Amino acid sequence: MDQSDGFAIQTENLRKVYESKIAVRNLSLTVRRGEIFGFLGPNGAGKSTSVKMLLGLVKPTSGRADVLGLPCSDVGVRRKIGFLPEDFRFYDWLTAAELLDLHGRLCGMDRAKLRERVPTLLEMVGLAPHRAKRLREFSKGMLQRIGLAQALIHEPELIFLDEPTSGLDPMGRRLVRDVIRAQRERGATVFLNSHLLSEVEITCDQVAFIKDGEVVASRDLRAQPDGDLRLFVRATKLSPQAVAGLAKWCTASQQDGERLSLSPRSTADFPEILRHLVSAGADIYEFAPERLSLESLFVKIMGEDRGL
Amino acid sequence: MGLWIMTGVTLREAARKRILWIGLLAGIAFLALYGTGMHYQVKEFHERHLPPFIRYQIINGILQVGFYAVDLLAVVLTVLTSVDAISGEISSGTIHAIATKPIRRWELLIGKWMGFIAMTVGYVTLMFGGVVALGYWIGGVVPQNLLRGVPLVFLECILILTITFLCGTSLSTLASGVVVLGLHGLAFLGGWLEQIGGFTNSPRLVMVGIVSSLIMPSESLWRRAIFEMQSPATRSLPFGPFGGSSAPSAVMIVYAGAYLVVALAIAIYHFHKRDL
Repeated sequence: MDQSDGFAIQTENLRKVYESKIAVRNLSLTVRRGEIFGFLGPNGAGKSTSVKMLLGLVKPTSGRADVLGLPCSDVGVRRKIGFLPEDFRFYDWLTAAELLDLHGRLCGMDRAKLRERVPTLLEMVGLAPHRAKRLREFSKGMLQRIGLAQALIHEPELIFLDEPTSGLDPMGRRLVRDVIRAQRERGATVFLNSHLLSEVEITCDQVAFIKDGEVVASRDLRAQPDGDLRLFVRATKLSPQAVAGLAKWCTASQQDGERLSLSPRSTADFPEILRHLVSAGADIYEFAPERLSLESLFVKIMGEDRGL
Repeated sequence: MGLWIMTGVTLREAARKRILWIGLLAGIAFLALYGTGMHYQVKEFHERHLPPFIRYQIINGILQVGFYAVDLLAVVLTVLTSVDAISGEISSGTIHAIATKPIRRWELLIGKWMGFIAMTVGYVTLMFGGVVALGYWIGGVVPQNLLRGVPLVFLECILILTITFLCGTSLSTLASGVVVLGLHGLAFLGGWLEQIGGFTNSPRLVMVGIVSSLIMPSESLWRRAIFEMQSPATRSLPFGPFGGSSAPSAVMIVYAGAYLVVALAIAIYHFHKRDL
């Protein structure tokens, strides 16, 4: 098996320089097939330019980008790619069904298959009653839904979703989450660009943080990376010696009455910590590991002053 | 395949947009006015008992005026309908969902270009057909060499369309419109200067006209087209938009054809290279 077979996206020192500005400095990224990948960063970090380069809309100044094992400039590979642009716009004189039909045909689907696929998709995104309505009469949320449907019309292997939930109400957001999960189940890869960190936290397997056109950190959200660990303990009879003794396993500890917040070095130390507290005479009521929320992690990586 | 899909979409878009229907209504209104005018002119001929030769020449002249008006309508409509075809879609982001499909950039551009050609050719045919039909029914006159003249009008509109597309690949919609209409205006003025120069025997003025035709050969195509469709007597008129005292040569027509091909090639190259 070729090494690239395991990767949906692989970039190496990808760079885009506009006249006076470096939009993407040095992007090296790998996304495995079948993964739900979150791409995070503050405004102006180079997220959109990176996505546009992967989709062949913007030509890289230097570096390499392979998508599904082929160079991103390859037109044929787009047959296997779906894309929902941020602020989705389309010919607003088309009806919902006509839009899906057009996109399907552009993807090389035949009319017989489309006759079957279009109503199914409209049903899936909750727009079946509006199939004959022109897009100019659609609300932003409805446009987002039809945009999602056009990205999925040809059952692509890799789907780029740029801010898919931005115009949606809670029901719409839930729909997007369900759709993303359904894509994972059928083995597709999803590349999600979103500002809504809570959404990313719920849906993504892997995230990369981009700052000033470079990946500055990445996290596997399925694993519990030790560096981001917190341990919450609620106990009585906590002696100062018992708390001080925790320094052996923890980098920091903070006590507030019965509440003890710890930053352990490794999950492997949890039994030792518990034993230590019990043997020091503490009565334990709660002992709960906490993961650093994505938002806290984002702020930690990007720095406090950078807004989203 | 993608090319034909884009051609189809462009045609469907034209049919659903107001501008084409407004153009058609304007054309029909013009034809109605024109037909009425010609009707009263012919009635006057009968009252004055003009000899058939003079009658023929006058109606032929009225036909030239009609062609001139519908040519202008066709040029303006070509620019107005196509000016945001590329630049508008780039600036609104509409192009993103299309250009990320398995379709090459040149297919996207040529597909749209062909859609507009079909629309323009249809419009010119309808409008010229209308003028010819009125000339025949009301005045009993059929212009000469229609099949040699009208294709040159097609070529003129396709040239304007191609330059509009070329501008659209690198300029904003507004700037594209200004540049194309500006170039056509320059060619129009140049055409007049060339004719005045020819009439007054002023080689420098003729040279200015020729240079402006080289910069934008659209007006030359029109002047050659009308020259083809004139009666020999009208051709002998000194100058004017319908005068043929210095009709562009066949070399100019070949130049205009080459100009169109090069402009299209540059448009494709620009569109292929640019970031969307």
